Amino acid sequence: MNIIEAKKLVYEYIRRDEEGNIEGVSRAVDGVDLSVNQGEFIAILGHNGSGKSTLAKHINALLTPTEGTIFVDGKDTSDEANIWDVRQSAGMVFQNPDNQIIGQVVEEDVGFGPENMGVPTKEIWERVEESLKAVGMYAYRKHSPNKLSGGQKQRVSIAGVLAMHPKCIILDEPTAMLDPNGRKEVIRAARALNQVEGVTVILITHYMEEVIYADRVFVMDEGKVVLQGTPREVFSRVEKLKGLRLDVPQVTLLAYELQKAGVNLPDGILTPEELAEELKKVRQSEDGRQ
Amino acid sequence: MLRDITLGQYYQTDSVIHRLDPRVKLVATLAYIISLFVAGNVPGYILAGLFLAWVIHMSKVPFRFMVKGMKAIVFLLCLTVVFNLFLTPGTPVVSIWKISITEEGIAIAVMMAVRLCFLIIGASIMTLTTTPNNLTDGLEKLLNPLKKVRVPVHEVSMMMSIALRFIPILMEETDKIMKAQIARGADFESGNLIQRAKNMVPLLVPLFIAAFRRANDLAMAMEARCYRGGDGRTKMKPLIYKKRDRIAYLVLIVYMILMIVVGRILMV
Repeated sequence: MNIIEAKKLVYEYIRRDEEGNIEGVSRAVDGVDLSVNQGEFIAILGHNGSGKSTLAKHINALLTPTEGTIFVDGKDTSDEANIWDVRQSAGMVFQNPDNQIIGQVVEEDVGFGPENMGVPTKEIWERVEESLKAVGMYAYRKHSPNKLSGGQKQRVSIAGVLAMHPKCIILDEPTAMLDPNGRKEVIRAARALNQVEGVTVILITHYMEEVIYADRVFVMDEGKVVLQGTPREVFSRVEKLKGLRLDVPQVTLLAYELQKAGVNLPDGILTPEELAEELKKVRQSEDGRQ
Repeated sequence: MLRDITLGQYYQTDSVIHRLDPRVKLVATLAYIISLFVAGNVPGYILAGLFLAWVIHMSKVPFRFMVKGMKAIVFLLCLTVVFNLFLTPGTPVVSIWKISITEEGIAIAVMMAVRLCFLIIGASIMTLTTTPNNLTDGLEKLLNPLKKVRVPVHEVSMMMSIALRFIPILMEETDKIMKAQIARGADFESGNLIQRAKNMVPLLVPLFIAAFRRANDLAMAMEARCYRGGDGRTKMKPLIYKKRDRIAYLVLIVYMILMIVVGRILMV
């Protein structure tokens, strides 16, 4: 069984006027099929209003579908009785670190989730310790969250979710409010969770550089999944991405422009090292010809 | 910087009083306040003062921090003293025009002043030696029996600790909005009181909106982390009475008995 299985998922926001009459309906998510295997690193891309955050909230049962179904770890999120199981197996990290830290001390915040689940005191401490170590924040366990940097706060948030022992973590634009260094810290922590702890990670973002490590990428626009595949496959569609008002990583763009200018390069180059390697090959083959 | 403000007036050090269970400190403070009203004579006050001095010594908090708390009530203190001094009937000591200071007046004024001082210092020992978070925890546990009569004890204490956590964040936000509005030509400093109050509107409106938005986000984040009220919740740092807490209760009981004996029975 896949960890996340969504079929024909539809979610409609209903706008009401002051008397409560329906003024209009907007489809935020429109017929999305999504299936994620245990242990995968998935990235969901899309510009503002593409429905990616709405989709994310479905995985955590914060929203339930208007139409269609979503199963998380084999449990239907529409069923009231499953809500707490679903929220435990799919943890969520939000955009603003200040608005999701509840504790006044780092370790107390990490312990919040396990406390809610009714984990015995001794085990809470074990979980807090291991989660803080996993994100590299153990040295800060006695600090006040107010004194941490954005990237550190976000890592504490991740630890807070990790302490609940979820099978899957959804990161809803965790880096949108951070500086470049903080962004790197958070992405590194997320990758480590995926590779070391084997947690399924679903990263929602609009920074292209962050998705190159993903196993699979979904691109959303107006509530629909418009592109999906490996990062290489997705980024080889430069024109299509531009049409969706998304930027491809600079290296990919450079490779694409070179390709257009007649240089013999493969599609979907993702890293500078890769481009350098390919360019070297091109030079060698040209040298060979002369 | 705004973010460096300390909340409440917690004084960080390691002492027996600091390590006591917050419930003990809450109960002791309440008992001490009651004892001050039980005491009706000079020996009673001396005993109360000695007890207070002993606790202050044990708490390792410098005395000037206690006095800091007194500043807020200087006005109240003066008012009480003046009223008692001039308005108590009895044998006059000094008479000027129609007002006279009486012997009884002096006695009551001094007593009241001492009582108020002891009360404030006693209460500030509690806040100086207990973190606000600990205090809310203690309060929750103490008031737990009230849950049976449907008082939302857990919810209130959760709200209190969240409020404490968000005070510095909202202060920072206020600072930010203030600067943004000053950059746009807002004036928060001149004009009379009414004008100044009016000028606060462009500060308060965005602040309220931001606070509500934060509250919304926070509620969602809490739900996402399986928060569903106090039922079935375990504690990471449960409050358990230890040996020192039991000893503290014993000391308190001895003090209360002494107080009743000295203040009431010995010298009527």
